[in-house]
Amino acid sequence: MTLVHQATGQPSRTDAALGAIGVGHLVLAAALLLFPVVASDFFLTQIGGYSLIFGMIALSLMMLAGYGGMVSLAQISVAGMAGYAVAIFGSNNSGVLGFGWPWWILVPFAVLVAGIASALIGAISSRTEGIYTIMITLAIATAIFYFTQQNYALFNGFPGFTGIRAPEFWGISWRDPTPFYYLCLGVAAIAYAAVLYCARSTFGLALQAIRDNPRRMRAIGFDVTWHKIVAYFYAGLIAGLAGVLLVWFNGRISPGTIGVGAAINVLIIAVIGGMRHPIGPFIGAVVVVLMQTFAIDIVGAERFNTLIGLFFLVIVFVSPDGLLGLWGRLRPHLAQETLRSLPRRGGG
Amino acid sequence: MSILDQPAAGASGGLTRRQAWWLAGLLAAAVMAWLVFAVWPAWLNAILISKKAFVSSIFNGVTLAGLYFLVASGFTLVFGLMRNVNLAHGSLYLLGAYLGYEVARLTGYWLLGVAAGFAVLAVLGLAMQVFVFRRLEGDDLRQTLVTIGISIVAADLMLWMWTGATYQIATPVWLDGAVKLPIITAIKSNGDAVYINYPFYRLVVLAVAVVIGVGLWLMLNRTRVGMMIRAGVDDRAMLSASGVNVHAVFAVVFAIGAGLAGFAGVVGGSALSVAPGEDVRYLLASLVVVIVGGMGSITGAAIGALLIGLAEQIGLVYFPTYGIVLTFVIMVVTLAIRPQGIMGKAR
Repeated sequence: MTLVHQATGQPSRTDAALGAIGVGHLVLAAALLLFPVVASDFFLTQIGGYSLIFGMIALSLMMLAGYGGMVSLAQISVAGMAGYAVAIFGSNNSGVLGFGWPWWILVPFAVLVAGIASALIGAISSRTEGIYTIMITLAIATAIFYFTQQNYALFNGFPGFTGIRAPEFWGISWRDPTPFYYLCLGVAAIAYAAVLYCARSTFGLALQAIRDNPRRMRAIGFDVTWHKIVAYFYAGLIAGLAGVLLVWFNGRISPGTIGVGAAINVLIIAVIGGMRHPIGPFIGAVVVVLMQTFAIDIVGAERFNTLIGLFFLVIVFVSPDGLLGLWGRLRPHLAQETLRSLPRRGGG
Repeated sequence: MSILDQPAAGASGGLTRRQAWWLAGLLAAAVMAWLVFAVWPAWLNAILISKKAFVSSIFNGVTLAGLYFLVASGFTLVFGLMRNVNLAHGSLYLLGAYLGYEVARLTGYWLLGVAAGFAVLAVLGLAMQVFVFRRLEGDDLRQTLVTIGISIVAADLMLWMWTGATYQIATPVWLDGAVKLPIITAIKSNGDAVYINYPFYRLVVLAVAVVIGVGLWLMLNRTRVGMMIRAGVDDRAMLSASGVNVHAVFAVVFAIGAGLAGFAGVVGGSALSVAPGEDVRYLLASLVVVIVGGMGSITGAAIGALLIGLAEQIGLVYFPTYGIVLTFVIMVVTLAIRPQGIMGKAR
């Protein structure tokens, strides 16, 4: 019975799989996989790898903000915790701590540290709701920044840790541009798929319902606070993975990596990209990283922040859903469907 | 029945809850007064380093609290009325400080600098409210995002204008110098008492903060505009429905809030220093003060500022590397016990 079913079900199942994954995703995956063929090393790491890493941190914010309605500014701090864990328990050049754990213990451990840190931040900030979350998480992120800067026993204070190397295993040096790019791509793809899956899972649906009406969900019998904390935990795992990659990418971690500017940078990436769909943060990351890299030629290195700030303001004013929302608005015009009224925001 | 029982049960314990709180407060005040005014025995000096360190950390904490209150009161007013988390508040502080420095340097009058800091920032706040926030009304998140964008651009432009150098606004002569406080730190071997000297200017800052705090309180509780503001905090729609021009009230409050930030910038820049990065520091201070004290409450801002100012300075003296943690712990404990803040209203 099962055999027959499998045999006949095979083609339709691949069709269904194709439909579920979507043609757009396949094209995107192919393009990203073939990117190293055409790109130089600079584009591969400084643009590709960097965008993917920051896209993941912004993805963890998008998951909290888009599905949970919790705009947390502490995601970079969570990523930083994972990075610090790698520096402290792995090996570094700073001569402080550095227990030299092998990568296959170190990475899961660091990611778990990030998850727990994120859950704790969630437990604190979900005491209040809505717009307060931004204030509290910003306060937490700033406190963590100042603490890492002041504390020398554990975080080595202002200089932080240097000389953190990506590991070499399976005969590949993961620090080289192409392997590092594929590593980032693989991890980012997993995180992206996980968030997509999470959005459709029971948990994700409950989370979205809590975003829309927490009182009603509480009345139905859902534990709203625990749902939020678990969402923070999952988001922390994603940010933690990105944090590990970030510390391998930079080779160092210091309080400057997790400063207020960096925290706001993550928010900017997520907002510019759009927080309605998990692809948004990655789009935002590519745009911001490209601007960061090439704005120097246009406005000079010093005035980059003004440029990005103005761009951010324009996006917030013109399209609340970021570039994704902009695309959503333009598409009907491009398809010459002007007779159909524009899709209303907030209607869905 | 049970309702009638409750006060009786409280009375049978000898004290009501409120009386117990008052008693605890009085006891704490008495201990504090003794700590400040008495000559310490040796064992206490051994525990708390020295009386001089302790008393000056208390004084520094209270004067810093005055400064924090000046910054945070504007923040909390704006938030309470408009639900607008103005994350550009720190930038307003820093801009006020720079403007005050320039005006004081060009004219030679420090008071003109203070006035300019208040006036220019008030006008700027008015413009921000009219041209930016009114267009995004009812969308809290977008308003906050806009303030973030403004703070980024402002920080960068200020860095361009005034570079990364550290400035100190020169205070006039009549504010300089130190005063001898009637507090004895120690008795010398020859029987002379050693008194504490404290910078006069910092005491002035504290006095100014108290005056402004009382003034704000009176304005909110005794004037017609204050009545409108309080009504707006409670129910914006109802206030509008009863014929008050809510937008005018918003504009006034935003102007006052921004003006206070600029004023605090000049006053604080004279006591401490003016440099890039101060905007973030005072933004954080306002955030924590307002979270601890309760959103939208002037009294709460005063209590929160006092707690945070004292915690920061005492932490600086007694556990330097963990000072920031103390501030943070206060915030977390407040959130755990009273999520709406000490004086905040439950919504």
